[in-house]
Amino acid sequence: MSMRGYLRSDGRKGIRNILAVAYLVECAHHVAREIVIPSRKDAHLIGFPGCFPNEYAQRMMEKLCTHPNVGAVLLVSLGCESFNRYQLEKIIADSGRPVKTLVIQQGGGTLTSIDDGRDWVAAQVVLLKQAAAVPMEISELTIGTVCGGSDGTSGITGNPAAGHAFDQLVAAGATCIFEETGELIGCEEIMADRAVTPELADELRASVKKAERYYDTLGFGSFAAGNAEGGLTTIEEKSMGAYAKSGMSAISGLIKPGDIPAKGGLYLMDVVPDGEVRFGFPNISDNAEIVEMMASGAHMTLFVTGRGSVVGSAISPVIKIAANPKMYERLSEDMDINAGRILDGHASISEVGDEIFELVKTVASGTKSKSEQLGHTEFILTYKSFEPIGPACLPI
Amino acid sequence: MNATNPNQSEITDTRLLLLSPRDNVFVLRGAIEAGETIMVSGVQVSFEARIGLGHKVARSAILAATKVLKYGAPIGSATRDIDIGEHVHIANLKSDYTATHSLEEAKTEYAIGLKGRET
Repeated sequence: MSMRGYLRSDGRKGIRNILAVAYLVECAHHVAREIVIPSRKDAHLIGFPGCFPNEYAQRMMEKLCTHPNVGAVLLVSLGCESFNRYQLEKIIADSGRPVKTLVIQQGGGTLTSIDDGRDWVAAQVVLLKQAAAVPMEISELTIGTVCGGSDGTSGITGNPAAGHAFDQLVAAGATCIFEETGELIGCEEIMADRAVTPELADELRASVKKAERYYDTLGFGSFAAGNAEGGLTTIEEKSMGAYAKSGMSAISGLIKPGDIPAKGGLYLMDVVPDGEVRFGFPNISDNAEIVEMMASGAHMTLFVTGRGSVVGSAISPVIKIAANPKMYERLSEDMDINAGRILDGHASISEVGDEIFELVKTVASGTKSKSEQLGHTEFILTYKSFEPIGPACLPI
Repeated sequence: MNATNPNQSEITDTRLLLLSPRDNVFVLRGAIEAGETIMVSGVQVSFEARIGLGHKVARSAILAATKVLKYGAPIGSATRDIDIGEHVHIANLKSDYTATHSLEEAKTEYAIGLKGRET
């Protein structure tokens, strides 16, 4: 199967042609959700619930609404929220995408807004389906990886297998993103050794130090109760397992959510906010991490799970990699890959890694992943604040 | 260890996986049921309680305050002396970074058992 993508005005190509319906405050959420319902296969719901302005959320929404997998956008505003809908609409329009803003307070209330929105979405979906695709190379793909619902099997099966797939993707020129610096605590030195420059190595170490301080202030590590039940005892143990997702390639740079690397390679995403601790936990659940990698251009996410997460995502397909063979038996309807076979001795890490690499190409070619088939379109975006990355983070 | 048979210390149940030669813990690739007696580094060890897939047991005796090594890297420090074959988990191992949150106490307090549940 040859890969084809939808060419956007910034030169990037999408592997899907989704219509995004975005609510700009929680007060517009119901109307936006109702608009999506008749077109759920082609229109995905995203949004930001807050009424207070936030630069990070603004930037994230701008990046998500101009994501290569998005072909058109309907913005749903209540009308009095602080979100800068004028700037968002202009950025989307400037990208060449069809965009419309529905303002509920101006349009006649809930039912009128839903009807107007559904009409526009239905007409746009017809156009999106007629769009022509162009040939696409692996080197044009951006792939993210997360692990969620980790247990003692994640770090010895699914994560190293995902790392093996990452190595092949990076070798083929793709852009690969791994993240959650709070789950790299204890790995900072071995990770810094893989940086392409000594200055980047310092930035990588500093990002983990920042995560350690941040989580320390909050009183919890990035460690859920189910991790302990699954055999993981400490954050550094979970980190060593999570770190394996990054594979063995050299680390080309450090990015923050929304930064889009200009060339292929392996990038660490620093997801922990800068400055004093505000707005609570950095990422309150796994989808927040998926959303941030999408904002940096991820076409697809490799999601390794031991306990058995069932989530997918709006906009970008999620490939589910089961680390635990017992969990795979229970949740096979949700899992794309059974990396638990490594534990049973039925497959090697590289064999499963090859299988993931092949599946990435298949899903990029249009085949739906399990979570897509099941209709999962989870999305979450909350408050954060970041400083821009320093010059050493993206070496030439 | 046994001087007449240097390989004696290597005899270990096949469910116990050694990730790095430096490690002082094994990872379970399959559960050990309550009441089982198995070989751990050449020593017979009896298990009173079930230990689930993905959990760790001590490959050798580990002294209090020493580092526990998995993947060849430190994953925390022993909070007390740990016997060979003993379950290494939150009761005897703590992070050198951030404390671990678990629902073990809540589970006991509210008597939500895990009976019959496979992990």
